[in-house]
Amino acid sequence: MDLLLNQILAGISTGAIYACMALAVVMIYQAIDHLNFAQGEMAMFSTFISWQLMQWGLPYWVAFAITLVLSFIGGIVIERLLFKPLAKAPILTNVAGFIALFAILNSSAGLIWDFTIKEYPTPFGSSPFLGSQLISTHQAGMIGVTVLLLIALYVFFRYTRIGLAMRAAASVPESARLVGINTSWMIALGWGMAAAIGSIAGMLIAPVVFLEPNMMVSILLYGFAAAVLGGLTSPFGAVIGGFLVGIIENLAGTYIPGVGNELKLPIALALIITVLVIKPAGLFGRPVVKRV
Amino acid sequence: MSAVQEVVTEAPVIEAVPKRAMTLGAGTSLVMLALLILVPFFVKNFIIFQLTMLLVYGLAVLALNILTGGSGQFSLGQSAFYAVGAYTSAILIENAGMNYALTLPVAGFICFLFGFLFGLPALRLSGVYLALATFALATAMPQILKLGYLEAWTGGVQGLVVTKPDPPDIVQGVLAWFHLKMSQDMWFYYFTLAITVAIYVLSLNLLRSRSGRAFMAIRDNEIAASAMGVDVALYKTLAFGVSAAITGIAGGLGAIAVQFVAPDGYTITLAISLFLGMVVGGVGWLPGSIVGSAFIIFVPNIAEGISKGLSGAVFGVILFIVIFLVPHGARQVAMVAQHLLGRLKKR
Repeated sequence: MDLLLNQILAGISTGAIYACMALAVVMIYQAIDHLNFAQGEMAMFSTFISWQLMQWGLPYWVAFAITLVLSFIGGIVIERLLFKPLAKAPILTNVAGFIALFAILNSSAGLIWDFTIKEYPTPFGSSPFLGSQLISTHQAGMIGVTVLLLIALYVFFRYTRIGLAMRAAASVPESARLVGINTSWMIALGWGMAAAIGSIAGMLIAPVVFLEPNMMVSILLYGFAAAVLGGLTSPFGAVIGGFLVGIIENLAGTYIPGVGNELKLPIALALIITVLVIKPAGLFGRPVVKRV
Repeated sequence: MSAVQEVVTEAPVIEAVPKRAMTLGAGTSLVMLALLILVPFFVKNFIIFQLTMLLVYGLAVLALNILTGGSGQFSLGQSAFYAVGAYTSAILIENAGMNYALTLPVAGFICFLFGFLFGLPALRLSGVYLALATFALATAMPQILKLGYLEAWTGGVQGLVVTKPDPPDIVQGVLAWFHLKMSQDMWFYYFTLAITVAIYVLSLNLLRSRSGRAFMAIRDNEIAASAMGVDVALYKTLAFGVSAAITGIAGGLGAIAVQFVAPDGYTITLAISLFLGMVVGGVGWLPGSIVGSAFIIFVPNIAEGISKGLSGAVFGVILFIVIFLVPHGARQVAMVAQHLLGRLKKR
């Protein structure tokens, strides 16, 4: 029983990482209706920028704020330069564009900051949290930030005019345009916000997994899985999905015999697919009714 | 985020490709075929090997094209089917001593079953959810191949070495009259070419048939298709099966050409490459498969030639340039060319 509890706690703390990433994934999905495969690399790049700022002697929170702003601008610039011209192209062409962006960011980060693993500071400290050995203050802080972010996003989308406009532009672009919403800029804004959230995720994750150009590849997979499990239309679902994926992954590794580290991912994915087969829109997603 | 249920008119994920636009004219096809037959006489063995791989990946892209461009289902799991085909051929050749040519139908059949069965749970999923499911298959496959229980057959992490077939004695005998000798690479190139052409023709006919029309009806509007009496479940799984079978045959050919199979050769990277090949070649345009295949074989090498450290970035930039210029892939180029030719003829 003790083992079970401990494994669940450990799962929650890794789940916080996935929840952060899943939140960023859902954000951009809301804004542009595609899964962005380059999301993880964008977050990785932002994290490297903050690391560089700190290397130049800036304190943590200043670097954090500057990175947030830079990522927001960077997200908008990427959308305007690379993806606005592809707006009318087929969806699959857009996906190819994401893969291209992935390759570009990964390879240039490797060239600028090379592939050695770097330590990354945490603002929360890393002593055990409330006497528990499995969850550190950093991980607790990470969970706290994720929850705060979720509340902020909820308020933004639910109670502000611009949040409403973004939702409208994403779900029914034609009608949104008719009531005077600039849908094209709403998409750009969505990219900016997703990049900023991604940079927060990256900066929170980096102390745990260490900083290197490939740090996000596997985390993004879990983030996608979490977002899909929770339902791509629901930021709340994404966070819950993140924690669930963390727990499933840990329990599968402990209780299913013959599962090493290598088989954890396939098993977690298989479980998620089983859930999806039963509930195709994800746990908290809204089913979309189709008509001819 | 609203409580109201969303009702959408489903826009097809893949734009409709008219049946006629799926092929090349007879003349162009024959010229292409003649080129593919003649080129090996003028190039070195290594280039012949690369051309063989061009055909092999071309087949795999074609298979994905039937699934995505034909029936509108997205798959990131093609590398898993490719791996199953490759391992089936390799195990049958090395452990059972079977003739290499006979292993290919077996590989195709096993992959057909595998794809058909995988298509059953995939029926409930579409779009990104299906992408995730197939993606899971692709990430699981290398790990499954490494499993201890299967090591007696698969060779575990080490993989298996496959012997490359010699040209049959009859061919060598005939060539000897002209004081010529055929290399292993060249023989296997022609062997692959024959199979590729056969599968290409069969695929074209499949898409022109009743089943092909059913695929396309599902792609364009699933609800309307089922209202008109198309058995959606059957044809969706069938599309998965056919696509997996062709990918499996490609995998078998690839294993023999490379003379080696190992779990790490069939990761998700392969599935993503095949996807890029399909986009560059033009989704739903079968002749584009070979163009897409050329892109995924040669462009990474070119990128590495331009800059070793930044090869990934160069590849990404080239890919962006291609999709900016021709968002619909090689199909767009072909259509423009056809249009221009048509205007020339009128004058």
